[in-house]
Amino acid sequence: MKVRRSAATALASVFAVGALAACGTQPTTSSSAPAHGSKQLQIFSWWTGVASSKALAALNKQFVKEYPQYKVINEAVAGGAGSNAKAVLASRLEAGNPPGTFQVHAGHGSLYSWVQAGDLSPLNSLYKQQGWYHDYPSSLLKLLTFHGKIYAVPVDMQRDNVLWYNPTVFHRYHLSVPRTFSQFFHDARVLKSHGITPLALANHGNWEATLLWSDVLLGTVGPTQYDALLSGHASWTSPGVIQATRTFTKMLSYANTDYTALHWDQADQLVAQGKAGMNIMGDWAQGYFTTDLHLTPGKGFGWAPTPGSAGTFAVVSDVFGLPSHLKNKTPTLDYLKVLGSQKGQAIFNPLKGTFSPRLDANPKAYDAYSQSAMKSYKRDKLVLTIGQGAVNPGFTTGVENAMEILVSNHNVSQFVHAVANAAKSNPLP
Amino acid sequence: MKRAVPGNARPKRIIAATKKRTLSWDNWSAVLVLIPSLLALGIFVYGFIVWTGYVSLTNWNSYIPNFQWAGFRNYLAVFQTFRFQSDIRNIIVFTVLFIFGCLALGLFLAVLIDQKIRWESLFRSIFIFPMAISFVATGVIWSWLLNPQTGVNLILQSLGDTHPPQWFLSTVFVPSLSVGLIQAGIPLALVAVSIAAVWQMSGFAMAIYLGGLRAIPEEMKEAARIDGAGPWRLFWTIIFPQLKSSTITAVIILSAASLKVFGLIYAMTGPGQDFTTDMPTLNMFQTTFQGSQFADGAAIATLLFLIMAAFSIPYLLTVLRKEEEA
Repeated sequence: MKVRRSAATALASVFAVGALAACGTQPTTSSSAPAHGSKQLQIFSWWTGVASSKALAALNKQFVKEYPQYKVINEAVAGGAGSNAKAVLASRLEAGNPPGTFQVHAGHGSLYSWVQAGDLSPLNSLYKQQGWYHDYPSSLLKLLTFHGKIYAVPVDMQRDNVLWYNPTVFHRYHLSVPRTFSQFFHDARVLKSHGITPLALANHGNWEATLLWSDVLLGTVGPTQYDALLSGHASWTSPGVIQATRTFTKMLSYANTDYTALHWDQADQLVAQGKAGMNIMGDWAQGYFTTDLHLTPGKGFGWAPTPGSAGTFAVVSDVFGLPSHLKNKTPTLDYLKVLGSQKGQAIFNPLKGTFSPRLDANPKAYDAYSQSAMKSYKRDKLVLTIGQGAVNPGFTTGVENAMEILVSNHNVSQFVHAVANAAKSNPLP
Repeated sequence: MKRAVPGNARPKRIIAATKKRTLSWDNWSAVLVLIPSLLALGIFVYGFIVWTGYVSLTNWNSYIPNFQWAGFRNYLAVFQTFRFQSDIRNIIVFTVLFIFGCLALGLFLAVLIDQKIRWESLFRSIFIFPMAISFVATGVIWSWLLNPQTGVNLILQSLGDTHPPQWFLSTVFVPSLSVGLIQAGIPLALVAVSIAAVWQMSGFAMAIYLGGLRAIPEEMKEAARIDGAGPWRLFWTIIFPQLKSSTITAVIILSAASLKVFGLIYAMTGPGQDFTTDMPTLNMFQTTFQGSQFADGAAIATLLFLIMAAFSIPYLLTVLRKEEEA
């Protein structure tokens, strides 16, 4: 009898252990090592495009070369300009099943949310050990630091405040590249009088006009006030915001009327073809000019900071952090060492069409545009942008919703109040 | 299912007795086979509907889950936005335009095909073929065709039309009435979207009507003709009234497609200037997955679910009743 009972208990406990093991294995397969063989490391991103996936593969190859004991698993999620990936990531972090490391944008957007949720661990000691405090500009590291702790490693750099123009058209009408808004409107009037669309605009995705407005705001109020607005220290109904919005609506009257139907690259195509004089877009546009349209930087297309924003660099940077719920953090730390290194970034960035945010990056590896952008990046004041996941995403959506109405009715005070409300219900840190 | 007792002549008592021991292997196997799909449906459909309803009543409006009770505050906030009010207007206007367009064109095509023409199956396939194309592809193609700068307007302009329509870029409302925050008329931009949607789905209405037309007995038409009815009279007094059940089926299925429309709008116009072409689905997607305001998004999804239920439950009830009668 006793024997039978203990046998039954043993059997029951075997089942229980089996069930526990079954529960336990599912999360661990994702992040840390299986019992035997090489250790796995999941890299989570939304890099599924041609250039970005090629760049990621090259970086992973370099990592495995330096650390042959690991096997990298590419967990890129396609679609929705990263929104699908973010949803998948949110559910994985929520379930306590984080990838080895994941892509996020520098700034106070989702990066800050993950930090607040306790999903990321600080990397101060890694920065110290690798000497990165001197390798990156402190103004960039400031965008990754919360309460004195730094939470991510930047791998690339893009710029959000760039005015693209057609040099042939500008030369033909003896125009100079506008540095101020009054010069912009002067050029616009000349172009319009010759039947050329002064400003090519696309707004099919409803973020492009917001990018333009964000750059106009930066150029109007200047980087200090702009920073104060984005960090919740200034009022969104202040005169500067109103003035910037007025300038923005005035710019709309010089834009093509079918902007709702166009995607951003179609607006740049208008510039490349000489049908339009200028366009304001992030510097991913240069990849479109050079790779898709085979134009030479400086000849086929020209660039300048957007009006009023010379000396300021609006940052769009992909960064990777250390998930705090990982069982084994060593593989991720090893990966971040390669990702943040000069070698790793020199392999990654030229393939992706971005440039390395390290101060010691070699400009010769890049084309003319990126070289000039690197120069500004090292010298300029760095600021965040309203789109691109750099601030509270609820605020960005609020601004975009208000924008959809502004482009139609040009009601400045209604727009400004909607933005102020969005800032109230989605706090900016 | 095996029927143990055929015929009606047997006394009721015996039927009851046989029913008692119906849990044969046959029944058990049926239950076993059904369990996986019942579980999957229960969790992934009904479970998540309940979950969405629950989330919509919480304060989860950022990346970080927050299940603090919010009551109906999210619903109130959603209803007060310009965007959601526009969505309600748009979904009503679009559904009406889309269904009427599909029914009218579908019926017309079905009548044409029913004239015992040559190559009937070829024409049938041609008309129904757009249904095989995804809404996204339809949206992209029609956004090119109806782009005022590049599309059919070039033809209109070469024909001498100096003010061709702005199609889906139009921000005009007919009539222009202010209700709440929004203009309550028909946004002309939605007419352009409806053209694309009707192009795609009218073949479906045609197929349903063709089935209905073929079900009308030839003798009935014959009798009407003998009584001296012309083709016009024949159609409106004999044929059309008998297509009622086809119409109901088509309306229900098309309205479900219309209320769920997402891919077409996402690819063709996006939310549109002034939200002239926005839909609750698009609003839900952007609120939830771009704005990460999960509770607000869940509230929109729940409202959409209720609207759909209001359309489909009466239909399901009539179908069930009919099956019982049969």
